[in-house]
Amino acid sequence: MNRFEYLRPNSVSEAVAAGAEPGSAYLAGGTNLLDLMKAGIARPTRLVDVTRLPGLDRIERCADGALRIGALVRNATLAHDQDFVRSYPSVAEALLSGASAQLRNAATVGGNIMQRSRHVFHAALASVSDAPAIDASEEDGRYSAVLGWSKACSAVHPSDFCVPLVALDAKVEIEGNTGRREVSLENFYHLPEDSPEIATVLQPGDLITAVILPTRAGTFSPNTSYLKLRERTSYAFALVSAVACLDIEDGKIAEARIALGGVAPKPWRARSAEDLLKGEVPGEAAFRRAANVALADARPSRDNAFKIELSRRVVLRVLLSAANGSPQRLPPLPSSPFSTTPGVHQ
Amino acid sequence: MAYSINLIVNGDRREVEIEDPRVTLLDLLRNHLHLTGAKKGCDRGQCGACTVLVDGRRINSCLALAVAMDNTEVLTIEGIAGDEGLHPVQEAFIAHDGLQCGFCTPGQIMSAIGLISEGQAGDDPERIRECMSGNLCRCGAYFGITQAIQEAQNTLSGTDSRSAA
Repeated sequence: MNRFEYLRPNSVSEAVAAGAEPGSAYLAGGTNLLDLMKAGIARPTRLVDVTRLPGLDRIERCADGALRIGALVRNATLAHDQDFVRSYPSVAEALLSGASAQLRNAATVGGNIMQRSRHVFHAALASVSDAPAIDASEEDGRYSAVLGWSKACSAVHPSDFCVPLVALDAKVEIEGNTGRREVSLENFYHLPEDSPEIATVLQPGDLITAVILPTRAGTFSPNTSYLKLRERTSYAFALVSAVACLDIEDGKIAEARIALGGVAPKPWRARSAEDLLKGEVPGEAAFRRAANVALADARPSRDNAFKIELSRRVVLRVLLSAANGSPQRLPPLPSSPFSTTPGVHQ
Repeated sequence: MAYSINLIVNGDRREVEIEDPRVTLLDLLRNHLHLTGAKKGCDRGQCGACTVLVDGRRINSCLALAVAMDNTEVLTIEGIAGDEGLHPVQEAFIAHDGLQCGFCTPGQIMSAIGLISEGQAGDDPERIRECMSGNLCRCGAYFGITQAIQEAQNTLSGTDSRSAA
């Protein structure tokens, strides 16, 4: 780990001023940043500790029914908040399917959105500095992207939390040198194209202060599911994951939301599949068509052609699971295929 | 510049000055306070051997900067036994052979105390295993660990788990 200066500002404006200086990085839970620093991949020269900033650790229901989640709320706190679990069960399950209990106790909502895989960092560093490019032969091609990737970067976005968030049209509240603004989480991330070092819309000094779930997000709670396939049952990143949120009225789908994780450099919204389901009777036939459409543009980047078929099956299954109804209680193994949808056969 | 860190460690107020902010909570405990119960296994938050409670919540002390833990309350394996003897989770680990070599055990026990205090798993073995997935045991004592936590959960239920911790 390189040497750095440590600062603990007392206000958001002080933090933004310090964070805007070259070499600065914000420190919250530290679970991703310190790991990357120990690996020598992230090398900030100044850490601006934001964990004591006042007012950013609250979960607040707004008058219009939207939910404002402070950036410093810990992942475990959010996932076990009773009102949150009731309103957004698939988001709670996604949170609990990620990392370990110790990491979820430390990791924050803002940090989860900012987390980057080592591969992304390597690609980014190689393109902007003289850091050694990652040896492609050392990269595990099984995990690479099948959607939205470029020659410059085929690493996937590692977050589970962000997958249902992007499906629910979550917004990111950002405080910066020019004041406060909101950006949709979907537009918060850039696809790598030729510039993998530019991962997000954040400018120097920009600090995430909250994530906002709009009013509509709470209305999918009866029919939503998050399914995650991984190499082992617990404490592993997704090979492929997907969320489905269905609004079913009079036996037909009024609106569907679908997003995938583990398949693209950002949490991937499958809008064409959503459009296809509008007005359809929920069932295997329609869901199979939607799954095919969701992966229509997919192409393997490395040794990962299997992920395309796997993704179709995950989308089909998560749609069936959502149509069956959200579970009354979070299952023992969050988002595991061994926990969901009895009676569904592949 | 020197950084001053105030902590309550196992009930005692401690003040530590460090020159280099790279010191993790784990290194502070082991090298500055000579509390070597928490172990440095992977130093990357993957193995859980460094698990301690900070303000009642279990975390990986290897992924926490000591300076950032200023004014918190830390509980380590050295602080859990009372005057009357071992903590019920320690007793249960012994009763159920929840260890072999013992290297991961302080982390396992602190993680188990955190888990019981979180109240999410009860005595359901599948939920216990899932909620303990951040603690690796290379001897493979998982069967005994799960049984020990089930028993400790039942021993401690009905009592306030925070004061039990």
